[in-house]
Amino acid sequence: MSWIAQNLWLIPVLPLAASGVIAVNKQRQRKLAATLTIGSMVLAFLLSLCAFSATLLHHGDYGVFREVAGFDWIKFGGQWLQLGWVLDPLTAIMLVMVSFVSLLIFIFSVGYMAHDENFLRFFCFMSLFAAAMLGVVIANSLLLFFICWELVGLTSYLLIGFWYHKPSAAAAAKKAFITTRIGDLGLLLGMVWLYAKTGTLTFYEGGNGCLEIPTLAKAFPFEGFGFVALTGIALLIFVGAMGKSGQVPLHVWLPDAMEGPTPVSALIHAATMVAAGVFLVARVFPLMKPDWNAIYGGPHTFVSMAPMDATVVITWVGAITAVFAATIAVAQTDIKRILAYSTVSQLGYMMLGLGVGGVAVGMFHLITHAFFKALLFLGSGSVIHGCHEEQDIRKMGGLRRFMPVTFATYAIGMLALSGFPLFFSGFWSKDEILHSAHGWPVSHIPFYLGCAGALLTAFYMTRQVALVFFGQYRGSGRESAHDSSHAVPDKKSEPTHVGCYKEKGVPHESPAVMTVPLVILAVFAILLGFIGTPAWPWFDGFLNGEPAVFNFTKLTESGTLGLMLASAVIVFAGLGFGWWLYGKRQRKTAEEPDVLSVAQSTVFWLLENKYFVDEFYEATIIRFNAWAARACDFLDRWIWGGAVFLVAWVTIGLSRLYRFTDDFVVNLGFDTGCETLREGGGEISSWHTGRVQTYLRIIGVALVVLVLFLIWGRKA
Amino acid sequence: MTPLQGCLLVSALLFAIGLAGAVTRRNAILALVGIELMLNAANLNFIAFWRYGPNPEALSGMMVVIFSIAIAAAEAAVGLALIIAIYRHYRTVNLDEINNLKG
Repeated sequence: MSWIAQNLWLIPVLPLAASGVIAVNKQRQRKLAATLTIGSMVLAFLLSLCAFSATLLHHGDYGVFREVAGFDWIKFGGQWLQLGWVLDPLTAIMLVMVSFVSLLIFIFSVGYMAHDENFLRFFCFMSLFAAAMLGVVIANSLLLFFICWELVGLTSYLLIGFWYHKPSAAAAAKKAFITTRIGDLGLLLGMVWLYAKTGTLTFYEGGNGCLEIPTLAKAFPFEGFGFVALTGIALLIFVGAMGKSGQVPLHVWLPDAMEGPTPVSALIHAATMVAAGVFLVARVFPLMKPDWNAIYGGPHTFVSMAPMDATVVITWVGAITAVFAATIAVAQTDIKRILAYSTVSQLGYMMLGLGVGGVAVGMFHLITHAFFKALLFLGSGSVIHGCHEEQDIRKMGGLRRFMPVTFATYAIGMLALSGFPLFFSGFWSKDEILHSAHGWPVSHIPFYLGCAGALLTAFYMTRQVALVFFGQYRGSGRESAHDSSHAVPDKKSEPTHVGCYKEKGVPHESPAVMTVPLVILAVFAILLGFIGTPAWPWFDGFLNGEPAVFNFTKLTESGTLGLMLASAVIVFAGLGFGWWLYGKRQRKTAEEPDVLSVAQSTVFWLLENKYFVDEFYEATIIRFNAWAARACDFLDRWIWGGAVFLVAWVTIGLSRLYRFTDDFVVNLGFDTGCETLREGGGEISSWHTGRVQTYLRIIGVALVVLVLFLIWGRKA
Repeated sequence: MTPLQGCLLVSALLFAIGLAGAVTRRNAILALVGIELMLNAANLNFIAFWRYGPNPEALSGMMVVIFSIAIAAAEAAVGLALIIAIYRHYRTVNLDEINNLKG
């Protein structure tokens, strides 16, 4: 057992400690907060690199390198609940990605949040989030996973509602929390069911873990239709992943989550947290797509005939999400919302990749997407910052001249997201997904959906870039230096620092603390693609524990080459179409209607309103919920409340009766008795004169009487 | 009339006189004198029953009477002391006025 596997817990605990220290400090200690957050993240990143290199050293050995460590946590019944962590390639790659992206975004945030008065709260939550997310990544037990998962959800809620004085932010935070909770219910049920069946929640434990073949074979026997239960558990767990990763129909919270500060959107709602759902599916992949032959000891006709596992559902949900969200993104005008729908769509791709191609395909897209989507979000943050908190792309334009660094990096992110051939990471990862989808035995429709999504992705990203960076600046700063439209009641709308452009209202480039992370992310958005090309599938081999062989001829194999050409054509079509519609003929003013809306007003109206999913939920689920709440209210108020009141009144009546008897029967009798006694005592005491001679007289008389009595008695 | 009966009659008379004195006299000292008379009536009875009893040689009656007289002397001393204390307190020895023993 290597040193790093033993001490993997340090990675999440460092940011957790930072968060704790920040939480007890005063609002003024900005420097301390930033130093602690970034310092702990640097350490976590270095440790992650150690972990990564440990797995790299063992890469090429037989099978997947995996080391686990853990401790007993709670005893209930005769059984200890174990918490623990696992170091394997999947963990290592996620650790590096999460800690690195978090680090860059923390650095960016120092610039972005510089003027927010709740700087400390922000960094406290961000650190807590990083801790929880790293905990999710290293967890070796579904229980620890779930704990960190919920912590991640909590910090997401806190950070979406960071500007809670805005009603929309508060509502978005609630929406995110409740929607993901619906998914988490599925995860919890799946977890309980899994525990009931296997008796353990530990992933890997030398053959006893719930993901390992011996346990699965024992817990889900073929004779007892165990495969049905196993698929059911997998689907329930997938429901949790759907909630967190914004898959249709639980995607509604993710676009609204953009109410939070932009670094939050970049870190949590684009790069890491929403990918946690994908990571969950990848982590429990042995449940999602069980190796039936290994579990049931040989090919089983019934099982091997039909695809009896959860990946079918995952594939369809992913494919539908990919297209569904991409179409909505076409008609949005908020720069962050476009990216949000793009995220939903890309998460759909990841799910699709997991469903059709396995862990490596989906995870590769997750990693590349994390980098370029973080880049795009930070770029949009830089744009928003430069345009004085303007988020409407119709009011931007021509920013290429004002913010060259942002433009260059943003363009790289956009090309990577669109999947521009050969030089950008998105191309390779998306191509791998499409390639796997093409080879999926069940149906070809997910492949076509994926292609359509790719086309739409290229199209809406071109539209966005064309509107934001090309043409004329349409913001209010151009017309008047007094910028009337910036009367948004937001403290942050003040020009935050003196840039090259002194004139108020004109966009300006962001400071270096914001652009440097952009540049670094842009470099990775290009380079990362080359670890997973068909010619050198290193990433694939790394995750599956096989050595990667460099084989250039694979690139030119007819199937691969054809698909690559096809996807290149799709991308170019999307880019060209977008440029033709939005780039060539720029809109003149911000109020002008969209080109698509003129051509296809109904469709555009439908897309603009996001297919009315929110309204649909409003009319069905929320209305039903409100109705149920009213019914419960009625029940509570009149039925249960009535019963309680009845009992109360009966009790009060009884006690009145007791009081009456007490007052008028018991007390009266007692008082009378006492009175009589007292009177009797008075009477007797009056005989007591105190005269000694009287007493003596009585004694004498008594003596005489006694003597007479004795004599008389003797005679008788 | 046997000598015993005569003795008993005398002693009964003595007791009756003592009792009448103790009951009727207002003066505490005279009441005390009455009580002494009653005691002596009892002593006379002891002597009479011993002298005319079945075993006059044993001197037991004489012994009891001597003890009784000693006790009577002590009692008279206590009684007189009480009377002096009462007199100091109330400035009177009239028994009708000393009635504080009542509850």
